[in-house]
Amino acid sequence: MKIASVIACGVLALGAAGAAHADEFTKEDLARWQEQFDGVVKEGRNLWTSPDIGKNGVVCAQCHPNAANTHPETYPKFQKQLGKVANLWEMVNWCLRNPLEGDPMAADDPRMTAMLAYIAWERRGVKLEPGKH
Amino acid sequence: MDIKYDRRSFLKTSTVSLGATVLPLTMVELAFAKPSENFTFAYISDSHIQHIKGTQFVRNWDRGLIRAVAETNLLTPKPDFIMYGGDLAQMGTKAELDHGAEILSKLNGKVYHVMGEHDYYLDLGAYWSKLFGKQYYSFDHKGVHFVVLNSILTYDDWTFNRWPTAEQRMAEMAGLDNPNGSPFMVGEKQRAWLKKDLAKVKKDTPIVVFSHSPLQKIYKGWNFWTEDAEQVQALLAPFDKVTVFYGHVHQIQYNQVGNIAFTSAMATAWPWPYPQSYAQAEQLLPKLTVQMNRADPFFERDATGWQFIDVHSGRANATFNLYNNTTRTVAFDAQAGHPKDKTYQDPDSRIPPQTHY
Repeated sequence: MKIASVIACGVLALGAAGAAHADEFTKEDLARWQEQFDGVVKEGRNLWTSPDIGKNGVVCAQCHPNAANTHPETYPKFQKQLGKVANLWEMVNWCLRNPLEGDPMAADDPRMTAMLAYIAWERRGVKLEPGKH
Repeated sequence: MDIKYDRRSFLKTSTVSLGATVLPLTMVELAFAKPSENFTFAYISDSHIQHIKGTQFVRNWDRGLIRAVAETNLLTPKPDFIMYGGDLAQMGTKAELDHGAEILSKLNGKVYHVMGEHDYYLDLGAYWSKLFGKQYYSFDHKGVHFVVLNSILTYDDWTFNRWPTAEQRMAEMAGLDNPNGSPFMVGEKQRAWLKKDLAKVKKDTPIVVFSHSPLQKIYKGWNFWTEDAEQVQALLAPFDKVTVFYGHVHQIQYNQVGNIAFTSAMATAWPWPYPQSYAQAEQLLPKLTVQMNRADPFFERDATGWQFIDVHSGRANATFNLYNNTTRTVAFDAQAGHPKDKTYQDPDSRIPPQTHY
């Protein structure tokens, strides 16, 4: 009880001292977040056209110009070839292994995040339809 | 079509028993197309043979072309010639063109070639020309005037002044969706040649034109486009029967513009999305086109294949021999005055995979 009161007092004191509240953000924050996102999308586009993520020189953009026919808005969905509901990153890994004859990436590999960000950006404006074929 | 009849006839007449299991049955009807003015040719395109290093090439693309060559050689009756529609190579290198030429050398019969941008932009077609000859030309065959154009040229400034190296120029043009690319065109010099070439041809002579890019404007962002398409179409306008075949798009497209029927070729290498699948694009896919089945990447050869063309009375029927899909035939319908898919033209007869989004 005593400890809790001390913490509560501390929080109040911080608030009184003028530090930002969790739910307040500025135009500068928004600009920074957008910049971070745009940078990751750009990195995703670089990887999309890079022969270095596979092992045979084939790049993602060869079959998927502007990331078309990747349909991020339909995932997760049932993939009959995998026999289960899958996420888009699993399909990216399928392409890395097969047409690109390379190694798969971890789901949270920053390169995977970048490619998924690029795919989503190219598909912006399309409504979500999880499960659609 | 009576499938039972075709199948029985085929088995009886075929001397290649392997053909009965490999070739789509729809080819058979061509064996009975007797009128002497009719003929057939095979049409293979977009193999994108890609060099890795040393003696290694991308296996997937090799297999597509090897299969097209093997199947073409099984055709009965034998096609009068084979047209190769361009993009034999991926980065225009000697290694790729040599490797592709080696695979094509197994074809039984005369092969004509169309220039693709992937064959051209490394050395501006020098090595390709050494292997295959002229970049644009015409010839006559059984009463049809054939014209082959190099439609993948572009503005001189882009070709000659923009890039520090030939390799970079090739790489910039090789990326379909690369904003640093440049629109394709036939160009003034070739249009002047075409005008002169056509001047000696009677207006009722059927004309068949081959180009790599569509001689119509579909989507500029991926060069499904020829900048001077209208000017080329105007030169073809005075003729009664004109058919244009093109590669580049890696998908089934067909259209009618005035007197000109257009039909595209599938790639042997990989399929491309229809431009409408790119949510940010504005594009003009011909309304007439019933789209190919959506590709299932788990089948390596899905939505790839080659074509078999039946030329009858100066009009052309194209049979798409699809490795992992049902064969399709797009035939000129004289009554409608445009090409039609023999099975799927009616919206009620289409199947779910033909819906793209």
